[in-house]
Amino acid sequence: MITALILLPLLAAVAAALIPRLRLAGWLLPLIGAGHFTLALATPLSPTGNGDWLILDPLGRLVLIVTSLLFLLCSIYAVAYLRFHQQQRDSRAMVPCLLFFLATLTLATVAHHLGLLWVAVETTTLASAPLIYYNRNRLSIEATWKYLLLGSVGIALAMLGILCTAYAVLHVDQPVSLQFDQLLANVAGSSRPWLHTGFVFLLVGFGTKMGLAPLHSWKPDAYGEAPALVGALLAGGLTSVAFLGILRGVQLMAAAGDLALARQSLVIMGLLSLALAAVFVVKQPDVKRMLAYSSVEHMGILALGVGIGGLATFGAMLHLVNNSLTKGALFLSAGNIQRAYASKHLSEVRGAMSRVPLSAGIFVAGFLAITGSPPFGPFISEFTILRGIFGEGHPWLGGVFLLLLAIVFIGMGGTVLMATQGEAPTDTPPSEHRDTAMLAGPPLVLLVLVLILGLYLPEPLRVGLEQAAALLEAKP
Amino acid sequence: MHDLNNLLLLAVILCNFFTLGSSRLGACIRVVTLQGALISVLPVTVHGASGHSLLLGAGALALKGIFIPWLLFRAIREVRIRREVEPLIGYIPTLLIGALSTSAAFIFAEYLPLVAEHRDSLFIPTALATLFTGFLLLSTRRKAITQVLGYLIFENAIFILGVLLAEAMPLMVETGVLLDLLVAIFVMGIVINQINREFSTLNTERLSALKE
Repeated sequence: MITALILLPLLAAVAAALIPRLRLAGWLLPLIGAGHFTLALATPLSPTGNGDWLILDPLGRLVLIVTSLLFLLCSIYAVAYLRFHQQQRDSRAMVPCLLFFLATLTLATVAHHLGLLWVAVETTTLASAPLIYYNRNRLSIEATWKYLLLGSVGIALAMLGILCTAYAVLHVDQPVSLQFDQLLANVAGSSRPWLHTGFVFLLVGFGTKMGLAPLHSWKPDAYGEAPALVGALLAGGLTSVAFLGILRGVQLMAAAGDLALARQSLVIMGLLSLALAAVFVVKQPDVKRMLAYSSVEHMGILALGVGIGGLATFGAMLHLVNNSLTKGALFLSAGNIQRAYASKHLSEVRGAMSRVPLSAGIFVAGFLAITGSPPFGPFISEFTILRGIFGEGHPWLGGVFLLLLAIVFIGMGGTVLMATQGEAPTDTPPSEHRDTAMLAGPPLVLLVLVLILGLYLPEPLRVGLEQAAALLEAKP
Repeated sequence: MHDLNNLLLLAVILCNFFTLGSSRLGACIRVVTLQGALISVLPVTVHGASGHSLLLGAGALALKGIFIPWLLFRAIREVRIRREVEPLIGYIPTLLIGALSTSAAFIFAEYLPLVAEHRDSLFIPTALATLFTGFLLLSTRRKAITQVLGYLIFENAIFILGVLLAEAMPLMVETGVLLDLLVAIFVMGIVINQINREFSTLNTERLSALKE
C-alpha cells in the first residue's frame, strides 16, 4: 500500500516527462490526485518495530492526508490554470514537476529512516525549484536562487544534525542504525552533548525548510513569485512535511528523556517567528508576500504549540491541518485576484470585490479564518494552544502570544481590506478574467472544510490527532 | 592508517584556506575539486577496502572529483568570468576569520566526547572548520559560482563527518545523498545560466529587487 502511494505519482511523473502529449495534460493531475487521496485514506497504520524503512505512523498519516487533500484541490485548479497559460508560456515542466513533488512529499511522510527522510526532503527542494521559476522573469530567478541556496544549506544542516544524532548513538554498544524505531530504542543511553548538538542542527535545518525565523528569508520571495497553486502547495504541504522532520527530532529527545530542552528551543524559535512575522506583515503592500509572512507566523504557532506540550501539542496538530487548508484557500483565491488585475501589489489591486466577487469573498473569509476569528477552524486550534499555554502556567507567554496575534490581525486586515474593498481602479484596463467554477471552486471547498473544522471535529480526525500528539510526549 | 587520515584532513584544511584567500575562480574550482578527491579517499583509509567503502569512495570521487568540476568549469566558460571581484568582506579579513574559526573548531571539538577509536584524530575539528569555511564563502562572496563552491565545501564537511558513521548509513541512503547533491548542483548550474542571460552578470547583488 505504502509503496503504491509513492509509485503512483512517481510513475505518472515519469510518464508525463517522457510522453510529449501528456506533458501538457492537465487532466492527469486531478486523476492522480484523486487516486493518491483515496489511497492515503485507505492505507492503515503500519505495525511498528519490524525495522521497515517505510512505515505510516499517526504523525506521518496526519501530514500525508492533509497534503494529499490539498494537492487534489490544487490539481483541479491546475487544470484551468494550465489551459490558460498554455499559449503564453512553456509549461512543459509543470505537470511532471508537480507529480514528482507529490511523490517526494509522500516519501517524506512515510520515511521511517532518518537518512531516507533527509533524501526525500532534499528532493522536494529540487522538485519545487522549477515550479517557482515557472514565470521566467528576473524576479522569479532571484526567488528561485534564494530558495535553492537557502533550502540546500538548510537541509545540509539537517544532515549534520542527523549525523550528530547517529554519532551520539555510537556511544551505545549496539550496531548503529538510522532506522527510526531502532534509533528511538537506543537513544536513551546516547552521548548527551552530541544528541543536543544534533537536535539543534535538526531544528535549524528543517526549520529553514519550514520557514521558521530567522532563516525564513527565502519564503516571501518564493511564495511571492511562484504561481498561486505552487504557493499553496509550499505553504500547506511542504512546510508541514518539514515540520514533521523537526517532530522526529522531538520524538528522539523525548525518548532520550530530554524533552524539556527540545521544548524550550521550540518555544524560542516559535516566539521569534511570531514576532518577526508581526513586524513585517504590517503595511505589506504585496498580497502574496503578506501570505508568506502569515505562513512564517503560523509555523511559529506550530513550534510554540509543540514547545508548550500537553493540550497545546494537540492544538498544534489540529492547527497543522487548519493552516494547510486555509493557506490553500488563501493562495488560490489570491491567484485569482492577481490574474484579474495582472498585479499582486496594492498600488493596482483595489476593490477586488467588484471585479472578482467570489474570489475576493473567499480571500476575505480566508483572512478572517487564518487570523483566528470564530467560527473557523484556526480559531479552535489557536484557542486550544492558548488554553494549553495558560494551563501549563505561562501567563506571560500567553499574553505575548495574544498580543502578537492581534498585531498580525490588524496588519493583515489593512492589506486585505484595501485590496478587496472600495472602487476598482479605472485607469487600468479591466481584464477579462472572471471567477470560473474550476478556479474559484477549489478554494471555496477548502474554505468550507475549514469552516466545518471550526464547528465540528469528526471523531476519526480527533483520534488521529490524539495519536499523533501522544507520540510527542515523554515516555513513562 | 591513522597518520594518513590526519595528513589527508590537514590537506583539506589547507584547501579551505586557499579558497578563502584566492580571487581566481578557476583556481578555486580546482582546489575544491582537490578537496573533494581527498575526502573521497577517506572511507577506504578509515574502514579498509570493503565493498561498501570502495563504492562510497568511488562514487564520491566520480562526483566531487570529476563530474561536478566539469559542470562548474563549463559554467564559467559559458558565462566568461575569471575572477571574484569585490567580495563583501576582503580576502585578508576572510582569511583571518577563517583562521580564527578553525582554531575555534579545534577548541570546541575537545568538548565533544568521542568514542575510543576516533580519539586523537582530526575528523571532528576538520569537519567543523570546513563547515565554517563553507559558510564564510556563502555569505561573503557575490558571484553565484562562488556561492555554489561554498555549498560544495559545506557538503564536503558533512561528508567528513559522515565517514565516521559509514556503518550507520546504508549504501542506498548514501547514493541518495550523492545523487541529490549532483542534481542540486545541476539545477544551480541551470539557474546560474538563466541569471547570466537575464542580468548579463553573475553578481548576486543584482538579485536584490525582492526585499522589504
